[in-house]
Amino acid sequence: MGQTFAQKVLAKAAGLDETAVSQIVTVKPVHLLTHDNTAAIIGKIGDELDQYGIINPELSVIVLDHVAPAANEKTAAGHKKIREYVAKHGVRNFYDVGEGICHQVMVEKGHAKPGTIIVGSDSHTCSYGALGVFSTGVDRTESAALMLTGKTWLKVPPTIRVTLRGSFQPGVGAKDLILRIIGDIGADGASYQAVEFHGEIDKLSVAERFTIANMGIEMGAKIAVFPVDAQTEAYLAEVGVARDSYEAVWADADAEYVRELEYDLAALEPVVAKPHTVDNVCSVGEVAGTKLNQCLLGTCTNGRLNDLHEAAKIVKGKRVSPNVRFLVLPASRSVFESATEDGTMLTLSKAGATILPPGCGPCLGAHQGVLAPGEVCLSTANRNFKGRMGCKEAEIYLAGPTTVAASALRGEISDPRKEM
Amino acid sequence: MKVWIYGDDINTDMLFPGKYTYTCSTAEEIKPHLLEDLDAKFAAGVAEGDLLIVGKNFGCGSSREQPALGLKAVGVPAIVAKSFARIFYRAAINQGLLLVECPDAVEAYKEGDEVQLDAVAGKITVGGQEFSFPKLPPEILAIRDAGGLLPYTREALSKR
Repeated sequence: MGQTFAQKVLAKAAGLDETAVSQIVTVKPVHLLTHDNTAAIIGKIGDELDQYGIINPELSVIVLDHVAPAANEKTAAGHKKIREYVAKHGVRNFYDVGEGICHQVMVEKGHAKPGTIIVGSDSHTCSYGALGVFSTGVDRTESAALMLTGKTWLKVPPTIRVTLRGSFQPGVGAKDLILRIIGDIGADGASYQAVEFHGEIDKLSVAERFTIANMGIEMGAKIAVFPVDAQTEAYLAEVGVARDSYEAVWADADAEYVRELEYDLAALEPVVAKPHTVDNVCSVGEVAGTKLNQCLLGTCTNGRLNDLHEAAKIVKGKRVSPNVRFLVLPASRSVFESATEDGTMLTLSKAGATILPPGCGPCLGAHQGVLAPGEVCLSTANRNFKGRMGCKEAEIYLAGPTTVAASALRGEISDPRKEM
Repeated sequence: MKVWIYGDDINTDMLFPGKYTYTCSTAEEIKPHLLEDLDAKFAAGVAEGDLLIVGKNFGCGSSREQPALGLKAVGVPAIVAKSFARIFYRAAINQGLLLVECPDAVEAYKEGDEVQLDAVAGKITVGGQEFSFPKLPPEILAIRDAGGLLPYTREALSKR
């Protein structure tokens, strides 16, 4: 019997020929991603850091993005503590406020290499599955232990195989596909499991794969992963990762799966996840006309150049509804610069968008664009949980960038195909 | 002992709102906000020895550990669920908090039922009915039994 991607990567990392589902292996991840929560993580192990030091200055990648720039004295003090830690222990991979969202920075700076294991103290660490990386989220305590020991345990997950066919219709995209899948299998539909994407993968750009892999956790998955193809190799070359510095891994043709799903991309329509769970998915038509107070374009799910381009195409030469705050936050400095150079930022601004700095912004409700009681937001983010954007009496709907842009124009949830 | 009952897909934002994640990290900072957006009565009402009995996919969403850390700190000895989300599951082990994955016990529970737990035997008794729940593999049990991952790691480092 062949091995799945997860079985093969974990076997390789543990120095074994193969692994079985449910087997527990000890691995040394090549990177540990932490962000603003680094302050709390190092706070747990102050004495141990003094006594033993960090295990490896290359292990950590630290990106300040969650409340960046700092919103108050306490978050500012956290950032300061992290900068001091980075200097004292010689952490090599540190990206300060303004570089972008940690998951975007990880890939743009070439830290995410196919066939490797990356863990991070953020649930959306699963994003690098887009590049054939085994990447998954852990908590702060585990991150603290990893800084000291460099190793952890992982259980070999069973795997779901999702086969994709065809291409999206205009106005429909990767966000609609992943929301459709989550709606179909539920918020725990892939709990403790890996998800592999097969089929006509070449029809999806690398950016679209990021949107899909990013939301693996919203169906409970440990990893959500794509094979490495010519597009992946070209993307990696562009961000400076040499072809001979990684070894791609993919499932054997006769690997065993717990479940198989198939999607025809051409048959998909724009969808929306209604409050307050990500699997509460319906077609955009079902909630069309829902009045909005805020529209958010950005985050680690949909803040890349292609997302901004799609939204800009819809709002170009028009003006968003006076009843809506249209917030745009590029996923990274690089995305911001590209979108500035090609005029996308000007198009969005002229349409009435408020441009926020690269980072997580309002997604987690800590600053920038917090909602008031009774308000409704349509967002390209990955979570619509009660209270997520800082107010438990507000409502969050999720959709792709085209739906968010079209809805911002009308001030209510709208089908983007009507604006094309 | 009080039993707190909650439903399916309780996410970590409901257990500990994101707006506090970068300002509250210690047990004392976390306690007043535990379960704030799920049950406003919980933080003030919870007492040592209280149990949570909940539905499927408990702790889904963010990787924030404050719910596991806080529940352990207020003296909740265990959470009984139909199932747990994976990051929360790891976070609980890392805090030394016992998780009981047992859908039958959750279904069987009626208000007022007495609940007894035997972590070593992997048994839970609800209103006189006994159920088994899966025990952790030995290498993981060692982490929980050390009181969590940090005490476990400190001990390992001291032996190097």
